[in-house]
Amino acid sequence: MSAHEQFADDLALLALGQLQGEERIALEKHLEECAACRRELEQLRGDTALLALSAAGPAPPRRARERLLKAIAKEPRSPKMAARRWSWTLIPWFAAAAFALAFVFFFRQSDRLAQRVAELQSESTQQQAQLDRAREVVATLTATDAMRVTLIAGQTPPQPQGKAIYVRNRSSLVFLASNMPALPSRKAYELWLIPTNGAPIPAGVFKPDAHGSATVIEPPLPAGVEAKAFAITVEPEEGSTTPTMPIVMMGAGE
Amino acid sequence: MATLYDRYSSIVYAVGLRVLADTGAAEDVLQEVFMQLWRNPGVFDSSRGNLGAWLAVIARNRAIDALRKRRPETNIADVVVSVEPDMAGDAQRSRAMEKVRGTLDSMPAAQRSALEMAYFEGLTHTEIAAKTGEPLGTIKTRIRGGLIALRKAFEA
Repeated sequence: MSAHEQFADDLALLALGQLQGEERIALEKHLEECAACRRELEQLRGDTALLALSAAGPAPPRRARERLLKAIAKEPRSPKMAARRWSWTLIPWFAAAAFALAFVFFFRQSDRLAQRVAELQSESTQQQAQLDRAREVVATLTATDAMRVTLIAGQTPPQPQGKAIYVRNRSSLVFLASNMPALPSRKAYELWLIPTNGAPIPAGVFKPDAHGSATVIEPPLPAGVEAKAFAITVEPEEGSTTPTMPIVMMGAGE
Repeated sequence: MATLYDRYSSIVYAVGLRVLADTGAAEDVLQEVFMQLWRNPGVFDSSRGNLGAWLAVIARNRAIDALRKRRPETNIADVVVSVEPDMAGDAQRSRAMEKVRGTLDSMPAAQRSALEMAYFEGLTHTEIAAKTGEPLGTIKTRIRGGLIALRKAFEA
C-alpha cells in the first residue's frame, strides 16, 4: 500500500465517517496534498460498501416503491431543463444580482484598502519621527560646531579620551574622542577593533579638530565580530591595514 | 429511476434496516437516498465508483445520521467510492454477498464485532473501546484490518 502508514488507521475511521476533531482536520489537510491517501480512502469506502452487502435481507415493501414513484412524479425530472425554461426571463434578475454582489464585494474591498492605507500612513509617520530623532542624534554627535565637554574629577589636566560604543549583532560602531593631541602633517589616528580571535580590524581613520575632538560613525566592519578591546594608533593619513606600533590609546569592553 | 430502484433498492433498504432496526425508518432512508439521486442526477458519475457501492455508502451514512438524530454530515457530492465487484446484477450481487459473509465468518470474533459496531451501530472507536475495555489503538487497527480483509477477499 502506498498510502502513508501513520494515517492508515485514521483513513479507515474517516471512511466510516467517524474521525472527528483535530485528527480529522489534520488528515483532511494531508488528503489535499496526497493522492495516494485519497486513493486509499476511496478504496476503504469501497470496502465499507462490501460490508453493506452483508446486511442484505428482505426486499423493501411494495409501498416504498409506490411512494418513491409518486414523489418523483411531483418533482420536475431535471433541474437543467427547469432552468432552461426559465432562463430568458431570469437573465435580467441574474444580471442585477451579479451586479449587486459585485458592488458589495468592491465596496468591502475598497473599505478594507482604505483601512490599510490609513494603517500604513500611521506606521510611516511613526517611522519618520524615529528617523528624525536618529538624525538629530547623529547630527549632534558629528557637528563641527558642537561644544564638547569632558568632565573629570579634581585638578587633573585634560587627558586624551576615547569612547567606543559598539553593537556587535548590527556591526554598528560610534566612536567619540576628545583632547586628542595634534598630529604631524600627513598623519592620522586609526581606530582598531581587537577581536577575541584574530588580527586587529581597521575601524576608521580620523583627525581631531582644533579642540582635539573627533568622531567615527559607523565605519565599515565585518559582520558580527566579537570585540575584546578597541585601540588607537598613529598611521599615514590614508590609513593602514595593520596597526603601526606603538598603541597610543586602548580600552577593553566592560 | 424505476429500473435503478428495482436494481438497488434491496441493498439500500437492507443497510437502512440493519442500522436502524426499524422498517419505517429504513423506508425513509430508502426514499431519501433515491430522491437525492433523482433531484441531483449529476452527483453520481461513473468515476465515483459503481452505483450500487456508492448508494450503499450513502444509505449507511444517512441511516447512521438518522440513528444519531443528527443532521446529514457528509455531502453526497464528496463521496467517492472505489470498489471492484460490480453490484449491478442479482447474480453478481449474491456471489459478492456470500464472499463478504464468508470473510466476516472467518474473522476473529473481536475484529468482526468492532467492524460491525463501527459500521452498523455507528459507534465511534472511543465508544467501542469503552464498551469492550480495550485500548483505542487496538480498536482502530481492528477496524482497518477488517476492511482490508474484505478487500483482499475480492482481490484473490
